[in-house]
Amino acid sequence: MNWPRKDLIGIQDLSKEEIITILEMTTSFKEISKRDIKKVPTLRGKTVVLLFYEPSTRTRLSFEIAAKRLSADTTSLSASGSSFSKGETIMDAALNVMAMAPDCIVIRYPYAGIPQKLARELPCSIINAGDGYHEHPTQALLDMYSMQERFGTIEGLRVVIVGDIFHSRVARSNVYGLRKMGAHVSIVAPKTLLPPGIETWGVDIATDFDSVIPEADVIMMLRVQKERLNQQFFSDEREYSFFYGLNKHRVDMMNSDAAIMHPGPMNRGVEITHDAADSARSLILNQVENGVAVRMTLLYLSLGGSLHVD
Amino acid sequence: MWIKGARILDPENGIDTMGDIHVSHGRIAGIYPGGSPDTDAESIDAQGKWVLPGLIDMHVHLRDPGFEYKEDIASGSLAAAAGGVTTMVCMANTDPVNDNPSVTKYIIDRAKSVALVRIMPVGAVSKALMGQELSEMGLMKEAGIVAVSDDGNPVEDASLMRSALFYASTFGLPLLSHCQDRPLSVSGVMNEGALSSGLGLSGIPGVSEEIMVSRDLLLSRDTRVPIHLTHLSTKTSLELVSRAKEQGIPVTCDVTPHHLLLTEEGVKTYDTNMKMYPPLRTEEDRKALVEGLLHGIIDCVATDHAPHARDEKNLDFDLAPFGVIGLQTLLPALLKIHFENDKGLLGVLGAVTCNPARILGIDGGNLTPGSRADITIIDPQRQWVFTEECIRSKSKNSPFLGQRFTGMVIQTIVEGQTVFRES
Repeated sequence: MNWPRKDLIGIQDLSKEEIITILEMTTSFKEISKRDIKKVPTLRGKTVVLLFYEPSTRTRLSFEIAAKRLSADTTSLSASGSSFSKGETIMDAALNVMAMAPDCIVIRYPYAGIPQKLARELPCSIINAGDGYHEHPTQALLDMYSMQERFGTIEGLRVVIVGDIFHSRVARSNVYGLRKMGAHVSIVAPKTLLPPGIETWGVDIATDFDSVIPEADVIMMLRVQKERLNQQFFSDEREYSFFYGLNKHRVDMMNSDAAIMHPGPMNRGVEITHDAADSARSLILNQVENGVAVRMTLLYLSLGGSLHVD
Repeated sequence: MWIKGARILDPENGIDTMGDIHVSHGRIAGIYPGGSPDTDAESIDAQGKWVLPGLIDMHVHLRDPGFEYKEDIASGSLAAAAGGVTTMVCMANTDPVNDNPSVTKYIIDRAKSVALVRIMPVGAVSKALMGQELSEMGLMKEAGIVAVSDDGNPVEDASLMRSALFYASTFGLPLLSHCQDRPLSVSGVMNEGALSSGLGLSGIPGVSEEIMVSRDLLLSRDTRVPIHLTHLSTKTSLELVSRAKEQGIPVTCDVTPHHLLLTEEGVKTYDTNMKMYPPLRTEEDRKALVEGLLHGIIDCVATDHAPHARDEKNLDFDLAPFGVIGLQTLLPALLKIHFENDKGLLGVLGAVTCNPARILGIDGGNLTPGSRADITIIDPQRQWVFTEECIRSKSKNSPFLGQRFTGMVIQTIVEGQTVFRES
């Protein structure tokens, strides 16, 4: 049996069963990265184009390594140094890329909705590597994989997500996925950083970080996205980190088993201090490691892979 | 010329009767309920058809001068004629802006030579729509404008707005206000709510409109100068207007067909033909607008016809321009509301005929003997689907593509001359 989806646009589209399948298969792919020769021929002859219209280090590198370990040919294009900076529209750019017959386009884009449009209009697979503040499905899958790896299950986990939920595609994708998998999600943020309509998300909402720390199994810190905060969302970084930063004092309040996550890149000293980021509780580098395996899984599945790996 | 055997609908005179209409020298010569004496004169057989005053659309962007690749006076008038619209009131946000009499004169002269329907320009409230200095309203009135508006750009400065109300009324010009608090809406692209958050699109909260509606109502009360609020979109805006009317504030308002028929759900696929200002709101708002129309709180329905070229609309939802076309779907949309609610036909038609004429202080919008023979004939039973092939505008950015309608314009007459006949 093959994976029926040509594209991966958002966690909102996936069923619980599909998420479970992806997480299960990720374990097999993770093993490849531990081999001496980290390469299998699975996607030999396939072309994967990475179209990145927003700066990215981790995600882009992760996709590129994932594709290469499966023997796919990869090419990567970024906004600067491409004809996007000459005024070419995204649709024209995508059609031009399509004319070169890639099998998969991985796209990172500053505005919501473009991966969906490409998926509708292009015959190749589209994998969303983050669109505006809509979704970032591979990040949520690698986060869920990391939680499952650490705790054995996601069902019943108490996950606290802290920070700029308003502008966070990572928060949205994680909320959708964690809710489907039966986790309990709490959101912590000043009210200015809560998106309108969040009461329909099926999450608990708190403005007092300290009140939710002792109960949490996972505390996921979001980056303060200085580039998106064009209005008055909070006073200054000093006040933000006092109320919403994860520091030593708060780490000490955490339950002994609890873990710390962050999708990166971190603003050290703003939403997270080194006592938290570099502690034994931190899963931050596990997240990065698992990112490669999750993306190998998704490339494999989207390019028509069988659900049973040999 | 005679139009025979039709159902005659004339909201201004409260007429809904079967009969004949006599047109002579571009004027309505007479209405004959129950039929007329035999005549050899040219006649239109309108058995089974409805005959109404030609529609007046008081909010249209013709893009001419300056953006002729989107629309021009000729193509806009073709679309109007096909939509049964015999008078178009066109907004000032052209390039150059219609803020002085030479631009007004260009539009009037151009319309005289190429337009099939009557075109009446709106002058800017402020020079270059910048919200700083008053435009030459008096001279533009002499040149032919029928109202003033900075539509597209809200007049943010309350002091300038108050002054503009006094100044416009000096020349007998109605002021049409586009209600938008800019800081509250500036980054938004759709209605703010759970849906915008889920789609990852910035929201335009209803309160950004309602704050300015409140301000304008207070200014109108304070100055006792009438004000017309254009394209209202929220339930609360209507409640504010309704209360103001009860208090005797001289306010009138209009809504668009798309706000009467569509909701924010249309944005779910990131279809940029669902992007306009104000944004499509919730089902609760939509229902309130329909109720407001049926109960007369809303005076007019106007399209806010806003053509944009295909390439401009074929962008990311965030970057595509606001606005949709509407001239050819105005009447079908109103009929849909009438059929769905099974009431208020004359009231609904009044919103596109006598009411805009009254608010603008212009002739037309009725079938009174002696007035302009601007007439729209429709086949109320015809079922059809609105497709790109139907569109006469240069631009195709309609939110109603694929929509099924009942009732179609089959003939449009301007001053006694047929300017459109459905083939």
